[in-house]
Amino acid sequence: MCAYYDLENMPGNSLKEAGFAKKFHYLEDQDIRRQLINFTDGEKSTTTFYIPSMHCASCVWLLESLYRLTPIVLSSKVNFMKKELSLTFRESPTALRELVELLTAIGYEPLINLGTLTAQSDADDNKDLYVKIGVAGFCFANIMMLSFPEYLVGSGVVEPEIKKFFGVVMILLSLPVFFYSAQDYFRSALQGWKQKHINMDVPISIGILTLFARSIFEIVSGAGHGFMDSFAGLVFLLLIGKMFEKKTYDTLSFERDYKSYFPVSVTRLSPDGEQSAPLEKLKVKDRILVRNQELIPADAVLMSESATIDYSFVTGESRPVEKKNGDIIFAGGKQVGGAIELEVIKEVSQSYLTQLWNDDAFTKDQQSKITTLANSISKYFTIVVLSLAAASALFWARTSFAQGLNAFTAVLIVACPCALALSTPFTLGNTLRIFGRQKFYLKNTAVIEALARIDTIVFDKTGTITRSQKTRATFVPADGRSLSEKEQSAIHSLAAQSNHPVSKQIASCFSAAPKLPVLNFHEIPGKGVTGEINGLEIRIGSHDFVQTNGEKEYASGSSANVAINGRLIGRFDVANEYRAGLAGVIEKLLARFELVLLTGDGESEKTALLQFFKQDACMKFQQMPIDKLNYIKSRQKAGKRVLMIGDGLNDAGALKQSDVGISLSENINAFSPASDAILEASGFHRLVDFIDFSKTSMRIILASFGISFLYNSVGLGFAMRGTLSPLIAAVLMPLSSITVILFTTGMTTFFANKRGLLS
Amino acid sequence: MSAIVVLICASLLVAVGFLIAFLWAVKSGQFEDKYTPSVRMLFDDAKPAEKEKE
Repeated sequence: MCAYYDLENMPGNSLKEAGFAKKFHYLEDQDIRRQLINFTDGEKSTTTFYIPSMHCASCVWLLESLYRLTPIVLSSKVNFMKKELSLTFRESPTALRELVELLTAIGYEPLINLGTLTAQSDADDNKDLYVKIGVAGFCFANIMMLSFPEYLVGSGVVEPEIKKFFGVVMILLSLPVFFYSAQDYFRSALQGWKQKHINMDVPISIGILTLFARSIFEIVSGAGHGFMDSFAGLVFLLLIGKMFEKKTYDTLSFERDYKSYFPVSVTRLSPDGEQSAPLEKLKVKDRILVRNQELIPADAVLMSESATIDYSFVTGESRPVEKKNGDIIFAGGKQVGGAIELEVIKEVSQSYLTQLWNDDAFTKDQQSKITTLANSISKYFTIVVLSLAAASALFWARTSFAQGLNAFTAVLIVACPCALALSTPFTLGNTLRIFGRQKFYLKNTAVIEALARIDTIVFDKTGTITRSQKTRATFVPADGRSLSEKEQSAIHSLAAQSNHPVSKQIASCFSAAPKLPVLNFHEIPGKGVTGEINGLEIRIGSHDFVQTNGEKEYASGSSANVAINGRLIGRFDVANEYRAGLAGVIEKLLARFELVLLTGDGESEKTALLQFFKQDACMKFQQMPIDKLNYIKSRQKAGKRVLMIGDGLNDAGALKQSDVGISLSENINAFSPASDAILEASGFHRLVDFIDFSKTSMRIILASFGISFLYNSVGLGFAMRGTLSPLIAAVLMPLSSITVILFTTGMTTFFANKRGLLS
Repeated sequence: MSAIVVLICASLLVAVGFLIAFLWAVKSGQFEDKYTPSVRMLFDDAKPAEKEKE
């Protein structure tokens, strides 16, 4: 492999250099450099780039061999799953720009956008959890070993000195478990307590605390052997459950906002010529230059003659929109074609699209919107356990105070909801993985619970129920006559001459027909094309362009009339293709959920949509992004639990506000607004299965709660009679936990298999 | 009796050694990227190739 690149290195360098003469000059700006560089000591600096085009093992090799291509790079390291490249390089004012230019030249252009600058690097959450599990596991295993003599022969046989020694070692080993590994549970319980909200961690903390305190007391006073093994085992298992629940998808981001799509800089036109300026310094009345495929960063007025703006990013609509001099162009569109000049009329954060992010749906804490099943049960659980403990304490306190205390702590120990706490992470963690195999990626496990409770489903139209990259032109003849072969090839030849998307669609209709030379070709932007092929004079375009003799107009935004030798022969309708399996999905959902369609488009497709949605569903047209958000809010106020499925940035507000926001994406690595889940388009037809299966998961959790209560009541029997020995505790607790783990993972896998979700 | 105390201490020491090894592995980032190292080990040693070039 190295030899392969040795040959290619020399001639391959100049591939794209011409195109970005000034593109990366903003990387010499002090502020931007400071934000991009992770660490610098004046001579050496480190930075991390996200490189979307990284795709194979050779990429890793090439990127890690960068030091051979340029003396600036000292070393480079790739994280393939995250598509990240960490670089250490020699610091100089131009180093960063040179690096990015080099990377672009060899085909690995790093993605640098507003989001990269403002993003905080992920906290080392996982690292922390690994360490906690490692410590807990280590202590658990060693305490278990020291407890072993107790299980076999009972107390009394072991010599007292050794028993004392074992006790001291056990206490020493339990300290890191209590103070380090278990600290998150105490913290969360305390937090819940302060907010007058009893969460799952409250009964867990009570259990851990009692176990630890009583064990210390027993060992120090010599009264018994303590329950240190159960204590460490409990914490260990709980942490394992936490890790299992935390399945993350490295390459996906659920938190993107417009900043992830907007560039860092823009080309500003000033009297001194072109300059690249950071986006945040862009002001109203600035003149900017937007080149082919560049994004329009703020609402602006078009100064050039015409522009073709692709809003697919925002609306999911792939057909570009034509704009003329003086038109207002909203931020978020991409220019297709030549460079255009614009005058900014609103600042970046105040633009039509971006002001959506000023809504409080984006600022309020989202955690509070889900009360998990386990948390709502644990409130009653805690009350019942505490009163049972108090009752048995009172009962035994009649004989002696020590006995009462003994029974009180024993009840708390046995009732510690270990199995209860494990059933949720293992069921939902497994469900998360099963969904992941079907290309349905969830942000976290709480989404499954929310999904199971949905009663209203809101769809976006363009890009969601229609396929964003697929439009299809169909020929509708004017007099019922279909096209001859000669006419087909003539239309194909003419349409193929134009770059207009509708022309391209028409050309692809007859791609089988041979292409002929075109004479007298004319293209009038915004109107149509005309030309002579093989003696036929053909005009394709809008009605007044085609100019036929008073014949009926086929007016529709997305159709083109065709005339041959001055006679109208029909029109091409360009319609979005609906997603495969849409009818089936909608039919199944209609029976059980309230369905709503929100779209920014006009009512032109209403009749076609009625085929799918019937009269029962509510359809709203011409919805602004903020309207969509407000509609979701109003449904929620009416007590509905709303699932929103959308794809574009214009759905971002609705996705955020809804109880579950699913963003649908043709390519999961490419684009998706902030949401709770990302569904790859190919899995759309399984939507009903996903909702059903999340309900099944919740039922499995309930069943496993039943099992753990069963174990608990057996244990409580011992505890309330005051005969709980460490041996019984040591057997009962792991046994119940392992039963629950096996039951939940087994059942989820079984039902997933039954529904065909494992294939 | 003292034999068992010595043995327990020795076994704990060994176990602590492994715990430290694990903690070092976590801290040095070995659990962060579980894929790239598997690719990296396939590359030939870079040095001979460089010598040939120069």
